[in-house]
Amino acid sequence: MTLAHRIVPCLDTDGARVVKGVHFEGLRDAGDPVELAARYNAEGADELVVLDIAAARDNRPTFLDTIRCVAEQLAIPLTAGGGIRSLEDARAVVRAGADKVTVNTAAVKRAALLGELSREFGAQAVVLAIDAKRENHFWRVHVRGGRAATDWDAEDWARRGVEMGAGEILLTSVDRDGTQSGFDLALTAAISRAVSVPVIASGGAKLPQHFLDVFMEGAADAALAASIFHDQVQSIRALKEFLQSSGITVRLPC
Amino acid sequence: MNVTLIDYGAGNVTSVARTLRRLGATIACTNRSLDIAAARCLILPGVGHWGALISSLDLHGIREPLLEAVSRGIPFLGICLGLQALYESSDEAPGLAGLGLLKGRVEQLPQRVKLPHMGWNQLKALRPSRLLDGISLAAYFYFAHSYAAPADGAETAATCEHGREFTAVLEKESAFGVQFHPEKSGVPGAELLENFLRLAA
Repeated sequence: MTLAHRIVPCLDTDGARVVKGVHFEGLRDAGDPVELAARYNAEGADELVVLDIAAARDNRPTFLDTIRCVAEQLAIPLTAGGGIRSLEDARAVVRAGADKVTVNTAAVKRAALLGELSREFGAQAVVLAIDAKRENHFWRVHVRGGRAATDWDAEDWARRGVEMGAGEILLTSVDRDGTQSGFDLALTAAISRAVSVPVIASGGAKLPQHFLDVFMEGAADAALAASIFHDQVQSIRALKEFLQSSGITVRLPC
Repeated sequence: MNVTLIDYGAGNVTSVARTLRRLGATIACTNRSLDIAAARCLILPGVGHWGALISSLDLHGIREPLLEAVSRGIPFLGICLGLQALYESSDEAPGLAGLGLLKGRVEQLPQRVKLPHMGWNQLKALRPSRLLDGISLAAYFYFAHSYAAPADGAETAATCEHGREFTAVLEKESAFGVQFHPEKSGVPGAELLENFLRLAA
C-alpha cells in the first residue's frame, strides 16, 4: 500500500470557457469545461482543478454554474478557485460542488483567511496556490495571476500558509508556466521539503519525462498540467503507464 | 431504496447524494432527529473537524435517535469523519465524546509522513467484507484525512497504511464505515455504495 502520485488536469476558465495563455497572457479558447471534465474523469485523472482566472466580480454566478456542471461529471475530487476573497466566497464554491478550494492573492493580503477556511471545511479542503518566480537565490511569490511581485520568499510563504491552515500547496512556476520546458524541479523540491503537506507541482509540463522528474527529483505529490491534456498531446493513461513502468506508484483504473 | 443522508452542515452531502442518485436511490437530506428516528437507511458523510461534527449532532439532538436506529439494525454507513465518529473519542477534540459504538480512540497519523493523507491508496483486507464484495483488491480509493481509527478492532474489515496502519473499512452487524470517500473514488467507490444499498434493501 503506497499513496499514489496524482495526475491533475487543470481547467483555466474565464468563468464559462476553458482558456489557455503563455505566462498568464495571450488567452485563447481551449474548449468546454464540462466536456473536458467528463473526458478526464473517464481517462483516469486523479482529480480536477477548475480556476476562474478572470475572477471578475460580476461573472461569479457563471463560474459557480460551471463548477456545478463540472461536478456533475465527476467521480473524482474537484478543486476550484480563482477570486476567492472571503469565507462566503469559498462557501459558494463548496456548495456548488467543489471538494477543495484554492486561494492565492486573498491569502497573501490576509493570511487569516486560511485559518477561517480550515476551521470551516478542514485543512484537507484548503489549497494554498503559490505563483513563484526565480530571483537570484530564491523564488519570489507573485499574485494577481503572476503579474504583481510581493515581499514573500516562496519557501517562507509556504511554511506560513501551512501554519495558518492550508492542507496542500498548489505551486506554479511563473517562469515555466506555458513554456512546456519541464517543471521547475529545484523550486518544487525546495517547497516540498519546506512543508509537511502535499505539494502539487504546476507549470511547464509537456513530456512524460517531465512528470517522472518532478516526482523523483522535485519530490512532488501530484503534478498538474493543462494544455497538453486539452490538446490531446498527452493521454493521461499513457502518461500513467510510463510512470508506472518507471517505478512510480500511480492509480491505473481497471 | 430510500436513503436518509445526515446533513450536519459541513459535510459533503451533495456529492454523496449525486452518486447515490446515479445508483437509483431516493435521497432525503436532514438534520432533524424525527427524520433520523424514522429512517430506513442512514448515511453520515463527514468532512472537516471532529469537534464540528459531534457538536452539530448534539445541537440537533441526533445522537440518541442515530444510536437507537443502529441498535434496531437500521443499515448505517459512516463516511470519513462519519466513520471516526463511531469511536469513543478523538485527539482532534479530546473533550467531546464520540458515538461510542466502537471501542477506541481516533488519533492523528504520524507526522513523519505528509499530512493530510491526501489522494488514492489501496486497502488490505483482513476478513471477508460485504461492502468490498466483488471489488478488486488492486482498486484505489480516495482519502483526505489526518486522523484515523485504530487498526486492531474486531470490526475492522480492511486497513490502509500511511505512516501507520489504520481502519479503512469497518463492519459491525448493520453498521458500516469507510475512511475514504467512495463518492470520489471512481468506479470501485460506486461499486461499494451499490453493495451498501443492496445490503440495506
